[in-house]
Amino acid sequence: MNTPDENATGGATGTLRPASPAPRAPGPATGNRPVRRRPWGMWLSAAWIGLVALSALLAPLLPLPDPTVPDYEHIASGPVTGHLLGTDQLGRDMLARLIHGARASLQVGLVAVLLGLSAGMLLGLLAGYLRGWVDAVISAVVDLVLAFPALVFIMVLVAVRGATATVLIIGLGSVFVPTFTRLARANTLMWSKREFVLASRVLGSGRLRTLAREVFPNVLPSVLAYAFVVVAVVMVAEGSLSFLGFGLQPPTPSWGSMIAGGRQLLSSSPHIVALPALVLLLTVLSFNVIGDRLRNKTSGRSEVSL
Amino acid sequence: MARLGKSVAVPPEESAKAQPPARRRQRARRRRRAPGWLEFMLKRLAHLTLVLVGVTFLVSVMLDFLPGDPARAILGEDASAEQVARLRATLKLDEPVWVRYADWVTGALQGDFGTSYRTAQPVTEAILQRLPVSIQLMVFVQVLALVMALAAAIYGVYRPRGLVDRVSTGWAFAAISTPHFVVGLFLVFVFAVHLGWLPASGYRPLGDGLAANLQSILLPALAMSLEPAGVYQRLLRNDMQVTMREDFILAAQAKGMSSANILIRQALRPSSFSLVTLAGINTARLIGSAVVVETLFAIPGLGRLLVDSITARDFVTIQAVVAVIAVAYVLVNAAIDLLYVLLDPRVRSEHS
Repeated sequence: MNTPDENATGGATGTLRPASPAPRAPGPATGNRPVRRRPWGMWLSAAWIGLVALSALLAPLLPLPDPTVPDYEHIASGPVTGHLLGTDQLGRDMLARLIHGARASLQVGLVAVLLGLSAGMLLGLLAGYLRGWVDAVISAVVDLVLAFPALVFIMVLVAVRGATATVLIIGLGSVFVPTFTRLARANTLMWSKREFVLASRVLGSGRLRTLAREVFPNVLPSVLAYAFVVVAVVMVAEGSLSFLGFGLQPPTPSWGSMIAGGRQLLSSSPHIVALPALVLLLTVLSFNVIGDRLRNKTSGRSEVSL
Repeated sequence: MARLGKSVAVPPEESAKAQPPARRRQRARRRRRAPGWLEFMLKRLAHLTLVLVGVTFLVSVMLDFLPGDPARAILGEDASAEQVARLRATLKLDEPVWVRYADWVTGALQGDFGTSYRTAQPVTEAILQRLPVSIQLMVFVQVLALVMALAAAIYGVYRPRGLVDRVSTGWAFAAISTPHFVVGLFLVFVFAVHLGWLPASGYRPLGDGLAANLQSILLPALAMSLEPAGVYQRLLRNDMQVTMREDFILAAQAKGMSSANILIRQALRPSSFSLVTLAGINTARLIGSAVVVETLFAIPGLGRLLVDSITARDFVTIQAVVAVIAVAYVLVNAAIDLLYVLLDPRVRSEHS
């Protein structure tokens, strides 16, 4: 999972980093994977994500109780009329909270990944194509950021700046910039050596134009495929932050804080924890399944350590 | 890079020998890249030091990102002007960032991280109390994860697409997708709430007896190790499958070596580099998840200390804990680099 081009100055010259015994061919990276894969896993995942996304989008229109208003008649109860999935420890409707929590999780996850992807893509393209000191500086900063526990960084950020969606998005987004930078850089290195890139330069195209017109379109698919996996990681991180109390603040529902809230009643009413945990798990799994499949389909390097 | 290599090691007997000019030139060129592993280590060490300085400096800068007067922001609106002034002096807020950082480094190098204004306890003391707990947890987690991954991957390569292989691959995928705190809660629900075999939370030090200690740390370690185990299993299985197609494996089989010998002695070693690297990089990530799991299981480790300090905006402690984490990361990765030297003869050899 590590990139062989990890060292800033390594690259083509005699690198001293131990090479993998049989470096994965930089072609279709599927060499040793079983060819037969069951696509229904992917369709199920897509359907689940579609369902979650749709219900999150339509949440205000759906006939749901207010997710923040407690029903004192039913506290921590199982399914009853009016509460399809029961209520939580304060008597709030579980289904409504799950759906409104999906809004928060998806919004934070998608926007943060978009942010990280754009910035990382730009840096990675520049580092991989221009090489030299640009590459050295960018790679050094990337290594620096990767050395720091991401969760800790975001927690400090939240403590300093308050737990708003904007802070979370910026924090989570910037944490994943280095990952995308590495991936984009590794792919740029590979594609820049191809003949059509050279041909474009010979025919008089400028460096930036070549980068944008020839290299970028080829790098994009593998990075996009990887983005699905990162969405999954971001959702886990967002859940963990909410669980610790550093996520979106109550009463805004989020899956992580729902799980945290139900902990005390784990023995008497486990559904308060189990439902959001299951939904979170299924969503993360779906993003991973789709990402994994897309990564196998795209050419170029799509493996990079997080 | 070349100069660095040249200055460190000139094998004495080689330089002393008189040689024909052509050969000497060849030697000289070779020598420039010669002390392969040493140059590798020095480069990594320089790099890791840079990481250390960068990370700790970033924490110093962080104070400046607090809105308004940092001292006021930390103490809250109720604090008196005198308290705020005292905190400003403690944190050296009137000095520029680099002076603050230089002061902090001077203290830190002498083992003095200052005093927490939350608990009035010296930060060094607080860290030393919690560090062993975190280290024990981390070692447990990595060992558990590696053992699970090694067993599953090796057997998966031994019988590809067999039942064990398919189950462990699917299991790895699910494990990767499950947040640590969800695994933790599930384990608590099954083993503590339902079966009552293990305590749901709390930590018993080694002084309470080995059994009690292990019992209290088993669930958190298990909760944390499933995800890395999945990651390692996938990686190792992939790499080993590639290795198994190498000629030397065929040669070993032709010589009639046993499967166990081929799998463990011949194939595992060259396949383990990516795994070793990832296990090192993963340390930083695992420290992050340790924060979650230590909170969930009420384990008095560094992660717990960090959460408490962040909640209380205790920046003296935050900075120290972050520095300790960074040092741990650097040490682990330096050890990993050393491991390369042991594992891979190509890193050791003078001309690869």
